[in-house]
Formats: sequence, structure tokens, C-alpha cells
Amino acid sequence: MFAYLVRRLFLMLVTLFGISVVIFFLLRIVPGNIVDILFAAAGYVDPADKANLEKELGIDQPLIVQYWHWISGFLRGDFGYSYVSEKPALQEILPRIPITARLAGLALLFSASIGIPLGVISAVKQGTRLDYALRVVSLSGLSLPSFWLGLLILTASVAMFGQIPIFNPNPATWLEAFATYAVPAAAVGFRSAALTMRITRSSMLEVLRQDYIRTARAKGASDAAVNYKHALKNAILPVITVIGIEAAFLIGGLIVTETVFNIPGVARFLVEAIRWRDYPIVQNLVMLIAVVVVSANFIVDMLYAVFDPRIRYTD
Amino acid sequence: MRSVWALAATAALSLLAFSTTTFAGEPKQGGILRMYHRDSPGNASIHEGATYSLNVPFMPVFNNLVIYKQDEPQNTMNNIVPELAESWAWGNDNKTLTFKLRQGVKWHDGKPFTSADVKCTFDMLMGKSQQKFRQNPRKSWYEQVNDVSTNGDSEVSFNLKRPQPSLLALLASGYTPIYPCHVSPGDMRTHPIGTGPFKFVEFKANESIKLTRNTDYWRKGRPYLDGIEFTIIPNRSTAILAFVAGKFDMTFPTEVSIPLLKDVKSQAPNAICEVEPNNVSTNIIVNSSAPPFDNIDIRKAMALALDRKAFISILFEGQADIGGTMLPPPNGLWGMPKEMLETIPGYGPDINANREEAKKLMQKAGYGPDKHLAVKVSTRNIPVYRDPAVILIDQLKSIYIDGELDVVETANWFPKIARKDYMLGLNLTGNAVDDPDQSFYENYSCGSERNYTNYCNKEIEKLFDVQSQETDMAKRKKLVWDIDKKLQEDVARPIIFHARTGTCWQPYVKGVTVMTNSSYNGYRYEDVWLDK
Repeated sequence: MFAYLVRRLFLMLVTLFGISVVIFFLLRIVPGNIVDILFAAAGYVDPADKANLEKELGIDQPLIVQYWHWISGFLRGDFGYSYVSEKPALQEILPRIPITARLAGLALLFSASIGIPLGVISAVKQGTRLDYALRVVSLSGLSLPSFWLGLLILTASVAMFGQIPIFNPNPATWLEAFATYAVPAAAVGFRSAALTMRITRSSMLEVLRQDYIRTARAKGASDAAVNYKHALKNAILPVITVIGIEAAFLIGGLIVTETVFNIPGVARFLVEAIRWRDYPIVQNLVMLIAVVVVSANFIVDMLYAVFDPRIRYTD
Repeated sequence: MRSVWALAATAALSLLAFSTTTFAGEPKQGGILRMYHRDSPGNASIHEGATYSLNVPFMPVFNNLVIYKQDEPQNTMNNIVPELAESWAWGNDNKTLTFKLRQGVKWHDGKPFTSADVKCTFDMLMGKSQQKFRQNPRKSWYEQVNDVSTNGDSEVSFNLKRPQPSLLALLASGYTPIYPCHVSPGDMRTHPIGTGPFKFVEFKANESIKLTRNTDYWRKGRPYLDGIEFTIIPNRSTAILAFVAGKFDMTFPTEVSIPLLKDVKSQAPNAICEVEPNNVSTNIIVNSSAPPFDNIDIRKAMALALDRKAFISILFEGQADIGGTMLPPPNGLWGMPKEMLETIPGYGPDINANREEAKKLMQKAGYGPDKHLAVKVSTRNIPVYRDPAVILIDQLKSIYIDGELDVVETANWFPKIARKDYMLGLNLTGNAVDDPDQSFYENYSCGSERNYTNYCNKEIEKLFDVQSQETDMAKRKKLVWDIDKKLQEDVARPIIFHARTGTCWQPYVKGVTVMTNSSYNGYRYEDVWLDK
């Protein structure tokens, strides 16, 4: 077990090192830097002023030196300063994380709580009008871009209620606070719910044809017991996998949703930071996400090994 | 004698400026003005930026020496009033401009304002101080200022190399706030300290900017508002919907396009909207240092091919203006009269005749129906740049020029044009002050950093200086018209149109004045109040 742990830990460190190199050099490949953008915004180019600013920000140094400064600072917990706001990068990043985490959590909750039951119903009622209706809903969920859906929700909300559910940093009531996250979470979660529903349906259909389901029915088990106790329990594994993958992909969907609903979360912030080539923000934020994902994988690997001895002996 | 008259005029204007402003109702104190902001400005230092994204939220934090009257829509010399200065006077040789400064003014951190702060500000702008701005885009404005000297704590003089009456106009711009000596440029970028009607509270990038009332403001009874809150909403559709839903009292100034304005009026019929010129011209930058546009015939043919009315009807539903470099009248002070404008090649009303002439010029240069000229039309990847570029490409087809759109990300736009890596470019030029000195020197003088085309005509440069020194406004205007005409005839940077844009506010917002010949100078907000 110890050797397995050391191997996994080593692999994790190598992966993180690889990610740090990729992030760093990929950002430098993108044309233009913060100084170009600042001067573009000011509408003039003065080579002397540019050189001074590049020197001040340290982006005139060789790439390897810049990399070393960044990665050694990251390891010490010194994330540097945002080139744009000139505030500590960590101070800029940290307050935005809970906002996006709440939004992503609610979107996943919406996805699972809508997608799984409807998927089960659709499978159980296969070939009925209800099944067709649910399949149309799920197809539309996969087809509608979330930015379009978001704008549609906003427009409808203004037209029907005279209210707009965009982000409010100081909600007056808990209902308003909930709406601040629930409406955009529904907009981004709709696509995810549709996918979950389709996977649940197909997985359930496969399981419902198994011999043990027939046996359960023959033994007189109720429909509810067969569907939810016996079938869903076995059909849920691919669904969980998909929800897991969706969680990782959610960051892409959140960029658009955070923009449309004007939510000051991490996703929109990251895009803005990329637009300004704000290297300290982008590098550290992406690296933080990478650390979280790689660490989660490491923990899962450890848990697999704990629960399944074959893994720790064969790997 | 001249200075006596100037002082008398200043005193009269001061009285006018600080007399109680009358509105339909009696102004009420209190309330927070909620406005959306179109994007997140890079920092909070007006002197280090060149976008009104900075002026709108941060101009209320500061004062200038002098300012354009905030309740007059048109910026003119007669509308300049004292602010941190109490009065001003030109010396007899018109080479010294002396300001008597207001006493008892305090910075937002409680320190007293003195003449040293004025000197510090302009020394930094002229690059003469130890402390430097990271960026100094308007250094050229003070080219004619030899130095700034102080006489005690309450008098400051600008000593000029030669007379320049427009210096006063430049000092009255929203781009010319006075900075405190005791705060570093770096701190001013993150936490600006001013003497203005509102104090800076916080700036959360991509989120919000908050200002609060300066209770110690030197102008008693102002501002009326308790504060101003800007919510940063880059998505235009969301922002407009939020305004319609009443979440905001006001749109971001001059940011509502003509099509969006129709949406606002249909969904919020009570909203008050004004459409005004913003003194931003859409123009063509031509790389005349390399083939094929080093050939004057091809440049002239291109200018003749333009159908400016088509641009305006497609993009603005007819609500924009045709002019030369200077914003056309009646809103613009210096634009050529229509009769003069129509004598310039390409401005005549008969587009077909213009294009026939253009075709002949193209044929003379070796192009025709069987041999088209292929060019790349470069522009920034932003709709206000991209859309007219597409129309331009379409219009150039009529004279055997096949254009290909080359969209460039903002980060690469200025480096690209600075290294002359383009053939034709579609560009937008905003004028902070409606004055020829700002426009001519910045965009057309040899060696200017913003003269992207490197147009350099020593003869015309002499004329820039002649008009710049002329104190008789009528004579100066005539000189300016001739220069502008010559610039258009030289196809230095053909102007396609001058845009108009909208600003909307809720009916209970009072005291808003949208300026009609600049979109950089009217955001002090000390006269704005809420009637609710």
C-alpha cells in the first residue's frame, strides 16, 4: 500500500509540474501581453514607456526566469499581484470562488434532481406520449445554447414580472438571495439535466431488460421497488460518471451564464484575466483548479485502493 | 488691459456658474444614483488612460483648474468656468496663463490643496518630475508649456513657448484633473484621492465602482446625491434589460446604440433618452508608405468611392453626421460648413459621378474590370469597428478594389499599426476636446504617437501652428476649415462619419446634461439629483 501511495503521489507531482509548464508557456504563445493591451487601451505606443512597464512587471526577463519566479512563489503561497488591479492575486481570486461554487453546486443539483427522475420515468414509460414529450424536452435542453436560454429568461422575466434576476451582491431577503443563484443555475443546469436524463433513460432501459429484474417482478415486487430499488441502483453508475464529467465541463458553461446574469464569479473573471493577459491571475487560478482536480483524483485513487485490494496489488 | 477684461469675464462666468441652478422642481438632497458601466476599466487613474470608461466613474472624484460648465450641452470657450481656480488671466504677450487658486479646499484625505499640487500634476504630465505615470497618453497636449511655476500657495502660472489659446480648453477637459502631490501615481491607480464632489469608496474589478458624497466639498450644497454606484455589466443586452426593469437609474452615457434605443423606448416608454454626437469619427487609416497606397491616385480613388450616407443609414438609421476631421456644425464648433465640405472630392452628392471619376483614377494606376486590386482591410475585432469595415469593403468593390476583412484582437491592434503592418485600416478616433489643437497635433502632426498613418506635411504643420496661435476666433475658424479641407484632399485619414449615440435615464433623474461635442467632459454629477 505504501509503495502504491508513493507511486501515486509521485505521479500527481509530475502531473502538476506538467500542467504548470503547459499553463505558463501556452499563455506566452497567445499574441500580445498586458503592456500591449494597456497601450492599446490608451491608444498610443511609446517604446520607452512600454519598455519601462515591461521591466516594472518583470515580463522583460527570460521565460525560464519568469517561470521560476512564478512557480517558486506559488509553492511559497505568494501568488503575486494582478497586473491590472495591482492588488494581491489571491485577494482577487478568493472572494470569487464561493460564488462560482454555489452556482455550480446548484446547477449540478438541478441537473441531478430533474434529470434522474425524468430519465427513470421516461424509461419506465417507454414508447408512451409522456416518454416522447420528455425526450423532446431533453433534446431541446441539449440544443439550446445556455447564453440564449439565459437571455430568454431575462427578457421573459422583465416582460412578465418587471424584474430582472441578475446578480445582487446584497440581497434583501433569502428568497432574493436564492433567486440570484437559482435562476442562472437552472439556465446552465438545463443542458446538463437533459444529458443526465438521456443517460439515465438509456441505462435504465438496459437494466430493465436484465433477468434479475424479471425475477424481482416474478417474485411480486412492486413497480416502485423494481424501478427504484433494483433497477436504478444498478443503472446509476454511468449517470454518476456523466455528472462527474459534467461538473468538470461546467466551468465552460458558467463563463457564458456568469456573463449573461452578470455574476462576478471565477469563470468570468478568468476570461477577463485572459483578455488582459493578466498572467498572475490566470496562472494561479488555473493552477489552483488543477491542484484541486488532481488532488481529488489522488484521493479517489486512494479510496479505490482501500476498497478494492486488487488495485493496490496489481497497479 | 486684456487681462482686466479676462478677469472681469471670468468673474461674471464664475457668478453664473455658481448661482443656484434652476430645474423644473427644487433639487432634493439624497439618494444613490445607480448606473451600469459598460466594462471594467483597467485602473482608476484618469491621467493614465484614454477611454471614457475611466472618465465616467472617476471624474466625480476630482476637480480641474477650470471645467466646461456641466449644465451646458456644448463645450465652448465661453462655457469654461473656474473650479479649483477662482479666476484666470492671460499675460499681455499671451504666453503666460495665471490662475488664482481657491482657498480652503481639502483633498479627500484631509490634506490641504495648494499650488504645489497643480505643479506636481503638470510636471508629471510633461514628464519633468521624479514620479512618473506608467502611461502618459496626453503628454503632447502640453508641448507648448515651458514650465509651471507657483507664486505662494494660491497662484500658479503656465509659461508657454508661444501663445496657445486652446490651452484653456485642454485644461477644462475631463481628462485634466488635478492630482495630489502626496499620493503616488501607483496609489492613484487603485485608490484615487481628489477634491471632487464624490469620494472614492471601492473598485471591484469586473463587479462595481462605488463613490460616496464628499460632505466637505468646497461647493456648498453640492453634490445632491449621497453617492453613485456603477455595476459593471459588459453584456449590453443584460444591461439594457436591467435598465428597462428599473434596476438602474441611468444607462452608461452615450452607450445606447440607435437600434437598442428603439428597444428601450418600446419597453420603457417613460425613460428619457437623448441622441447626440459623441465626437468620435470613424475613419480610414491608409498606409501610404508602401504600395499600393503610396500612389496618391489610388488613395484619391478610394476617397471618391465612399458613399457616406449609406454607412449612416445602415449603421445609424440616418442619425449620424458627415464631416471632415472636426465635428460638423451645429454641434461641432470647428467643422466646415456644408457648402465647403461638398467641394472636397468624394463629398459631393452624386455618388455615381464620384465613382466614375474614381474608376478613371484606378485605370490610370493600372487597375480595371479585368485586373482588380486585392487589399486587406484591417480593423479591431469589435462591432463598432467591424461593421463599418464590412460596408467599406462592399463599397470599394465598385472601383475594382477587392477587400478582405482582417480582424485584429485589441491587444495586437496598436502594435500592428505602429509597425505599419497593414494596407488599409478602419479606425475610430475620439476627440476629448472639440478643439483643432487636440485633433490636428495628435492625429496629423509629423512624429505624433497617435499619427498612425505617419502623414507628414511640413507645410500643413506650419498652418497648425498659425491657427494654434490665433486669438481671434473667427480668423482661427477660417484657418481651421482650410486645414481640414486640405487634410481631406490629401486623403490623410479619410473621415467616413461622426457617430451619434444615445443616453437614457429614468424620469425621476434630474439635472443630467449630455454634452453634444465631446463624450469625455461631462461627468462631474454634482448637479444631478433624484426626484423620488
